[in-house]
Amino acid sequence: MTDTNTDLRPPETLRSAVWAQFRKHKGAMFGLVVLGLLVVFSVLGPLVWQPEKLSVAEALRSKNLPPSFAHPMGTDHLGRDQMQRMMLAGRVSLAVGFVAMVIAVVLGTLIGVLAGYFRRLDGALMRLTDMFLALPLIPLLLVMVMLFRDRVAGYIGPEMGAFLLIVSAIGITSWMQAARIVRGEVLALKEREYVLASRSIGATPKRVILRHILPNVISPVMVAATLCVAEAIITESVLSFLGLGFPPDFPTWGRLLFEGLDYMESYPARVIFPGLAISLTVLSVNYIGDGLRDALDPRIRGR
Amino acid sequence: MLTFTLRRLLLAIPTLLLISLVIFLLVDLAPGSPASEIPLTVPPEVREKILEALGVNEPVHIRYLLWLKQFFWVEPLNGFDAVFGTNYAEGMQRIISYQSRSPVFPIIGERLPQTLTVIGTAYLVGVLIALPIGIYSAYRQYSLFDQAGTLFAMIGFSVPTFFTGTLFIIIFAVWLGWFPTKYNTTLEVVDWETFLAQLRQMAMPVMVLGLANAAAISRYMRSSMLENMGQDYVRTARAKGMPERTVVLKHVLRNSLIPVVTVIALGIPTIFGGAIITENLFGVNGIGAALIQAIRGNDLPMVQTLAFIFAILIVVFNLIADLIYGMLDPRIRYD
Repeated sequence: MTDTNTDLRPPETLRSAVWAQFRKHKGAMFGLVVLGLLVVFSVLGPLVWQPEKLSVAEALRSKNLPPSFAHPMGTDHLGRDQMQRMMLAGRVSLAVGFVAMVIAVVLGTLIGVLAGYFRRLDGALMRLTDMFLALPLIPLLLVMVMLFRDRVAGYIGPEMGAFLLIVSAIGITSWMQAARIVRGEVLALKEREYVLASRSIGATPKRVILRHILPNVISPVMVAATLCVAEAIITESVLSFLGLGFPPDFPTWGRLLFEGLDYMESYPARVIFPGLAISLTVLSVNYIGDGLRDALDPRIRGR
Repeated sequence: MLTFTLRRLLLAIPTLLLISLVIFLLVDLAPGSPASEIPLTVPPEVREKILEALGVNEPVHIRYLLWLKQFFWVEPLNGFDAVFGTNYAEGMQRIISYQSRSPVFPIIGERLPQTLTVIGTAYLVGVLIALPIGIYSAYRQYSLFDQAGTLFAMIGFSVPTFFTGTLFIIIFAVWLGWFPTKYNTTLEVVDWETFLAQLRQMAMPVMVLGLANAAAISRYMRSSMLENMGQDYVRTARAKGMPERTVVLKHVLRNSLIPVVTVIALGIPTIFGGAIITENLFGVNGIGAALIQAIRGNDLPMVQTLAFIFAILIVVFNLIADLIYGMLDPRIRYD
């Protein structure tokens, strides 16, 4: 068994192996394409699609138009082009999802690593996690947004204030899954020989965590992160849907749906387009998470 | 088992106390307190009187303890009095809603049946849909049915209930006209006519919530069945010539239901949270709708109490799920 390595192809890197497995997952590729299209639609869309600005009289005449060539998704009750609003709303919705995910994952990883690595902190931090899991999240988020919105808006303006408030409220209420996963991984990793070796040559806990433990917990964290994005987008749209999210001039998909509800019976398209956008985003993110889980699992990969 | 139950019950107490503190402080320290609602033109001594009447001039820890006492002692006593016609709770200060100026608990008591009928039926329907789908998907893994089930579950996970709800309203109420768009809370079931009306107005909220729950539960059922299908005892049962029906529905299903039952128990409190959306969309006058009204009206005692009730539900059902798991699975030993 000395020279079985007659294969002259360059050794497969982890990244290419993961990508190869990921590409086999049809749902995940579908998700990637759809999410890509939605991101292009909302990020680049407003640069390309700029309907002409209307005067008040013109806007009054062009309100509640059905979909047409000039307005592919029709116009709303104030004569605004619905497609442009969908694009701008998409920017906010996606941004909320990603920023809240980053907050949740950073917080979750920090707490998970601390709990897993330092035994003295474990009990307290895990009780904290349990407590957060037992909090009624939607009611609390509603309360937080409602009660603190005006205060925060007073400091940094209504739009930025609402964004920061909602993003951080979602972030600090959804880190628990990531923390639990990371803690479990760290507990297993820190008993490995290479960690022992590193510690025995005098590496500080900080170095052990940053060099040896964190790189190895990245894959489960990535899967948790994708699910977190989906969750955050849904939570934000729930808040907006209940009328407690962003201010009216600052559209998100949930907000557009909420506004469309009043005109639902005459203009169902106004509800269906934002609803479809939210559902497609969440669906594709969930599929990507599914594919990532398979691709990053060494037991499945390579079969 | 008994010691485990007792230990878990004792552990639940500090958790609940901590949660109650978090909820109380979050709501209480928020800027939207009643003190900020009083116009600045009101003279300070009148302002003091108003605050005193609202019971908010005491320091925060006293108010917290008072609230706890009201929640855990005065209100249950009042409930006891109402049931048995005694008057132990006479003269004790109850939790008063700022909006209606009446005690909070009777309001919640009035709202609760609405929530329970709609949510309870929805969860039951969800479970009844989910179990057969999960069982058959696992039995015919990778078949067309299984793939359709996977897609259904993925969509159920991803499409938020407020969108399925609006779609249902557009399709079934506006276009087809089968069901009313709004839930009529005042409808009383007295005869066959009203019973049918009740069924029709419940159909849409129940379907929306039921489908959302069915998606998750059918996945758990499927994976649990798959895990058991490959076990040795299943092969043995088949080898001794048992009919396939008995093997799947008796041997495999019984063992696979153990984790699913806990998942079902764990899901109950979350649907109360999810019901907030459905109740608002369909106009069901339950506790979810009460919470939104209270939040909009800055009714702090109501918000605190409702949020804490939601938290108690979560803790209690976690406990129940743990206990059921231990009872159903003899391999799990807690002591």
